[in-house]
Amino acid sequence: MQANRLTISEIQAGLKGKTLTCESLAKQYLDTIAAHNSDINAFLEIDPNQVIADAKAADQRLAGGGAIRELEGVFAGIKDNIHVLNQTTTCGSKILAGFKPIYEATVVKRLRDAGAIIMGKLNCDEFAMGSSNENSAFGPVKNPINRNLVPGGSSGGSAAAVAAGFCTIALGSDTGGSIRQPAAFCSVVGLKPTYGTVSRRGLVAFASSFDQIGPLALCVNDASLVHKVISGKDEQDATSLTHSPTWSELPKDTSSLKGLTVGVPKEFLGDGIDLEVSEAMNQTIEKLGHMGAKVVSVSLKLVDRCLPVYYILSSAEASSNLARYDSVRYGPRLHEGGSLDELYLNNRSLGFGPEVKRRIILGTYVLSEGYYDAFYLKAQKMRTLIRQDFEKAFQQCDVLLTPTSPFPPFALGAKTADPMAMYLADVCTVPVSIAGLPAISIPVPRTSTQLPVGIQLISRALEEDQLFAYAMAMEVMLKGNHL
Amino acid sequence: MSQEEFETVIGLEVHVQLNTQTKIFCGCATDYSNKPANTHVCEVCMGLPGVLPVLNQRVLQYALKACMALECDITKETKFDRKHYFYPDLPKAYQISQFDKPIGQRGTIRIELEDGTERQIGVTRIHMEEDAGKSLHAENGETLVDYNRACVPLLEIVSEPDMRTPEEARAYLEKLRLIMRYIGVSECDMENGSLRCDVNVSVRPVGTKKFGTKVEVKNMNSFRSVVRALEYEKKRQVRQIKREQRILQQTMLWDDVKGETRVMRTKENADDYRYFPEPDLPPVRISEDLIQEVSLLLPELPDKKVDRILKTYGIPAYNARLMAEDRELSDFFENAVKAHNNPISISNWILSELLRELNKDLLPIRDCKIQAVHLGQLVQLIDSGVISGKIAKDVFEVMYKEGKDPKSIVDSRGLTQISDDSKIEEIILTVLTNNAQSVNDMQAGKMKAFGFLVGQIMKETKGKANPGKVNEILKSLLLTKYQIECP
Repeated sequence: MQANRLTISEIQAGLKGKTLTCESLAKQYLDTIAAHNSDINAFLEIDPNQVIADAKAADQRLAGGGAIRELEGVFAGIKDNIHVLNQTTTCGSKILAGFKPIYEATVVKRLRDAGAIIMGKLNCDEFAMGSSNENSAFGPVKNPINRNLVPGGSSGGSAAAVAAGFCTIALGSDTGGSIRQPAAFCSVVGLKPTYGTVSRRGLVAFASSFDQIGPLALCVNDASLVHKVISGKDEQDATSLTHSPTWSELPKDTSSLKGLTVGVPKEFLGDGIDLEVSEAMNQTIEKLGHMGAKVVSVSLKLVDRCLPVYYILSSAEASSNLARYDSVRYGPRLHEGGSLDELYLNNRSLGFGPEVKRRIILGTYVLSEGYYDAFYLKAQKMRTLIRQDFEKAFQQCDVLLTPTSPFPPFALGAKTADPMAMYLADVCTVPVSIAGLPAISIPVPRTSTQLPVGIQLISRALEEDQLFAYAMAMEVMLKGNHL
Repeated sequence: MSQEEFETVIGLEVHVQLNTQTKIFCGCATDYSNKPANTHVCEVCMGLPGVLPVLNQRVLQYALKACMALECDITKETKFDRKHYFYPDLPKAYQISQFDKPIGQRGTIRIELEDGTERQIGVTRIHMEEDAGKSLHAENGETLVDYNRACVPLLEIVSEPDMRTPEEARAYLEKLRLIMRYIGVSECDMENGSLRCDVNVSVRPVGTKKFGTKVEVKNMNSFRSVVRALEYEKKRQVRQIKREQRILQQTMLWDDVKGETRVMRTKENADDYRYFPEPDLPPVRISEDLIQEVSLLLPELPDKKVDRILKTYGIPAYNARLMAEDRELSDFFENAVKAHNNPISISNWILSELLRELNKDLLPIRDCKIQAVHLGQLVQLIDSGVISGKIAKDVFEVMYKEGKDPKSIVDSRGLTQISDDSKIEEIILTVLTNNAQSVNDMQAGKMKAFGFLVGQIMKETKGKANPGKVNEILKSLLLTKYQIECP
């Protein structure tokens, strides 16, 4: 196995057994990046000298008898909407080109404190708006599995970097599916945690009541290790929850699947779901049956309302959150304007890409006087009903199973002209975001001719511990290692 | 119809800057006055990408105090909203404010007018919000922005349109300022911007119920300019109506130099602030425990204090009101009365001698060297005849300068009043002998000489003779020795 495809536990075993050094790992990752990043376009910024220096420092600390911390030897890539000190945060947008934050995101600090080495910044759709990573002002990301395909979005760079062996893990952000869908497209694991469990300080806001930072990793165990480190109350984020979960040992086999009740919402098994995805779902359901799990059909009646509700609420919040980008205090002055209004108009017109503008206009519209009640308020009410929909479903099962995306990764350019077709990519992930629930996407192993497909497991709020356990058992099951 | 046949209908929107140590959503110091531009800022109040607001609990406490002091209903589940507009001094392009669930509603303020009448003015709502930065427009056309003020906590206090004269508006502002200072949440200084006031004003014929079209006036920088702006608007609007011209719903700017209002904008294209609930701040639940806790922090309020002082001490209402205007001054009064129970005299001493000196030196009562107990003791020395009122003024002067207690000043300077009859008689006899001419004058009926003789006696005793006794003994000596009868 290539060193740069090692999981966290493999790395740490290597460090312990002194068969690996952080420096050697760093070099492997950097070599891979040097060889392939110009084509994949996942990393927007990386400082190899700093990475090597950090790795050497870590080796020295270990040589001096330092303990192996939770994320020792882990090389992390960070989505470019999360602040890393001394690196730019562009959010994939021209309007923030060259912007350097004066503080570091809480999650990044926590990664560093746990021993992780920060590699650099990963490409994404502009302000995390998109499902294919084609909305980045710094060029699209290619899917490492098949470079003619999109990697998904908006955390396309994060998923691609992990899949390509550029780093051990990556952080992404998920507003309506932006971690899970690219994880599925790139055949890696991606977690969207319960809203409020991970600090958003230092994450550039897209839709504040949806955004959550989460890990993308090679396996469920890695994702859980990273989540444990980055989650937990942050006094600088008023929406972060005071919640101290107990983390149990993750299962190494499938025995925990026995007697588990898995609910499959029937709305995600029919029209609009690609054949390849349906087949992967059916195979999974069949295997679950073999493992002694009880698979039941449940209903999420409001699924067809979720996309409009999501696009109303998230765009409303985005129109507000993105109002500050005016080139007055930071970001490039792309136009000197004339009057103050012209300054705003010209800089925002030149600085934002078409998808971001579309959402700002939509969001501004739904918040406007005379439309607020009909759109924003109604969508808020729907949000409550959608949450209740999930609560009802969880009365019948322990965990929900859906496809992560209704279709496998598509070709670059295939959907860029049709925003509605693009929005449909989030149809399976958006309901979970509306309800604020945790969900994980794990890859379904494919034959060489098949396209990557991911399945999504959803649990009750704050039950990440159980979610990881179910996902881990299913990961074992899907890989066939249980046999 | 003449001006007198119209009445003004006035409502006020007041912004009060809270004097918390730190800003409303970050840890920056609020003390920005006279500080170099953009030195009291951080990523949060600058609205940099990725920042989140965290509510300063002290702001909530102060807001609750204000709500209670203005007798508002407290909204048990209150929340913040975003108010959007683009301007360079508003770093996020939205202001975190409160829209449909303000922390306080339906309050009231009692005002007293010059003629002694009282009125209740309704308070529609009180809400918390953040201040914006300050734009400075340079002469060369450039605009500079100082963000030190951004995110400083404000309370917006909106009145009902209950005031009918500019004087009532002034009384409302004065009372509001008094209450806010009393509860210690704001300096409420209009000159330095810790109180800002916009007015809504319309006119209507006296006796009618329907409101006229209202005009909003901004940019007043003192209570006096608020009154002037209201007077000006009343005249302007009445003139307009008499010319049968429509009043337009406008926002006007007050020009204090020219003494007139001018149109800032016409409200036909009203601003749309696109309010929506602030997703970065969870709703605030105000528990009974918190309300209880804050109510314990609340001092006795001015109205209650005046009522109680009047009832307890029986001093003139004017004295009571004046002292209640300064919480520390009325505390001083009550402590002095504790030392010596002569409230009327003590209140007179405070309002005449003490305030005159303090005002001269621009000192607040807390920086005064005289202790309340000592002032009580001073009045006690007068009342018990140890010193005269005149000597007391000299003693007071020493107390004010040196902070000593009056007894020790009197003792060390030998100021004790001469009340011994035989001693006084002895001195008077000497004075009468030395001033035979005056005695002659009096025998001739020129009674004015009596005053001169008293003066001579006081001079002889360096003012220490008990003036009552001097009068009494002088009269009896003049009668027995010279058969002069004094009135």
